[in-house]
Amino acid sequence: MDDITLLDAVERYIRGAMNPEERLYFENMRKTRPEVDQLVVEHTLFLQQMNRFGERKKFRDTLQHIHTDLAEQGRINSPKLKGKAKVAYIWKKYKRVVAIAACIAGITAIGISALVWSISPKPDMQEIQALGRKLDDVREDQNKTKADVKELKDQIISGQPEQFIPRSGGTGFLIDGSGLMITNAHIVRHSRNIRVVNSQGKQFKAFVVRLDVPRDIAIIKIDDNQFKPITSLPYGFRRTPSELAEPIFTLGFPRDSIVYGEGYLSSRSGHNGDSLSCQIAVPANPGNSGGPVFNQAGEVIGILSSKEIAAEGVVFAVQSKYIYKAIEEIKKGNAEYNNVKISSRSSMVGYNRKQQVQKIENFVFMVKGDGRP
Amino acid sequence: MKPEINESALLNGLARNDRKAVEAIYRDNFNTIQALIINNNGSAEDAKDVFQEAMIVLYEKVCSERFELNCQIKTYLYSVCRRLWLKRLQQQNRFSPAAESFEATIPVVEDLDVHEQRNAEFEMMDKAIGNLGEPCKTLLEAYYIQKRTMQEIAVNFGYTNADNAKNQKYKCLMRLKKIFFSHYKNGNSDG
Repeated sequence: MDDITLLDAVERYIRGAMNPEERLYFENMRKTRPEVDQLVVEHTLFLQQMNRFGERKKFRDTLQHIHTDLAEQGRINSPKLKGKAKVAYIWKKYKRVVAIAACIAGITAIGISALVWSISPKPDMQEIQALGRKLDDVREDQNKTKADVKELKDQIISGQPEQFIPRSGGTGFLIDGSGLMITNAHIVRHSRNIRVVNSQGKQFKAFVVRLDVPRDIAIIKIDDNQFKPITSLPYGFRRTPSELAEPIFTLGFPRDSIVYGEGYLSSRSGHNGDSLSCQIAVPANPGNSGGPVFNQAGEVIGILSSKEIAAEGVVFAVQSKYIYKAIEEIKKGNAEYNNVKISSRSSMVGYNRKQQVQKIENFVFMVKGDGRP
Repeated sequence: MKPEINESALLNGLARNDRKAVEAIYRDNFNTIQALIINNNGSAEDAKDVFQEAMIVLYEKVCSERFELNCQIKTYLYSVCRRLWLKRLQQQNRFSPAAESFEATIPVVEDLDVHEQRNAEFEMMDKAIGNLGEPCKTLLEAYYIQKRTMQEIAVNFGYTNADNAKNQKYKCLMRLKKIFFSHYKNGNSDG
């Protein structure tokens, strides 16, 4: 208890909050007791460090807010898209490096996947239900499907454009301004054509950049003239694991409009101790798959992927650090993505939930594919 | 005359972390820096990083006691960004001689040395606070950074009275200081 009072006195002394008599008494004590003097010196240094730390943190937040606001108002330039010439230039410059890197990456990838395949426990498919949405079309009877196929064949033969019939669906969200998105592999795995729809109902074409079936991560890219690149995303991506009991929220498309859900992180590992994922408690339905899981600061901490059939409210999400890994992989594979950089900082720290969701909403998409889930 | 008065007003605002002043400086300078970075092998994201770091350098300079700026804000930010970006290019081993431009630059090496020291200290504190865990982290941040009073904290964190909160704060503080100073002393003896 004595130590606490002493420290309290030291803090008041440093802040200059003592009255003159007290101050005099304290200064005398400093002279007579070297350990008190030592404590004052050390604590002054510490408080100075703490203050600087706090100020810089605050200032950094201000900068983030300003950047997002100015970009939204169009007061600062949005990034210019690079033309073909630049790509060709970069390609020429890094051709050898890319070739070597690709070889190494290929060999490593094969090696690692073989290793993982041999040692990882086989997931019990009966117990987990992938939350891909079986669209109504799938349940249609066989005759209808046959008719569709026939119709499609006729169209292809007669040279007309293919009609897009959605058979699987889920959620996805942007990871950078150029239109790269992340979603679950099980949604787009068997699809040849993919469409994404934003919360305003606009539809864009997209294609698969990378599939990682064991981790259930897919990177897709919007490839549509209608899509305007975005300067910067309001949310960041967390590299480190999150704390237990941390409040979280999700956005997804279990039906045709966007749906918000709220919950908490309930375990750092997934089904049967799977260390790729984590367990969250949040309402989730088929179609929520591939949706982002955010913490309070507006950082993405995971990708919602599956839920346990036997128990209610047990939902699993792939941890966000694997997003970084996936990005590294596509960079190794293709020089075009060398400039992709995702931010670990959210610009929504301190916003309330309504404002955060308003900001995020536009960057979460419904993903539809024409392959069966 | 007028621009100079305006500049010192902006710098004063910056020192207070005044949103309007910071925004004005940001708006007036960001595009130039973005052009510099993009023309020299960088991306828009790099431009944002470098510019914001330069803003921090300027902010910390303005906050220090012996502050004096002998040139325009524009020139200073440009010089710092140029230096920071060249350094990053060198680290990534893809240095190509920067396209010369007509913007004036001033030497900023000393300021950047100070900044690097500050960076290291910031990382140390960040790491130390990160190692602390909850509820210590939030408790200490509330008291020392958001400068809330012990009474408020007691209410918010659900302690029965301010003395209990104080007790808890003391324990947390002792742990934080121990972690921080162990890094701090190591860091300083290395350098």
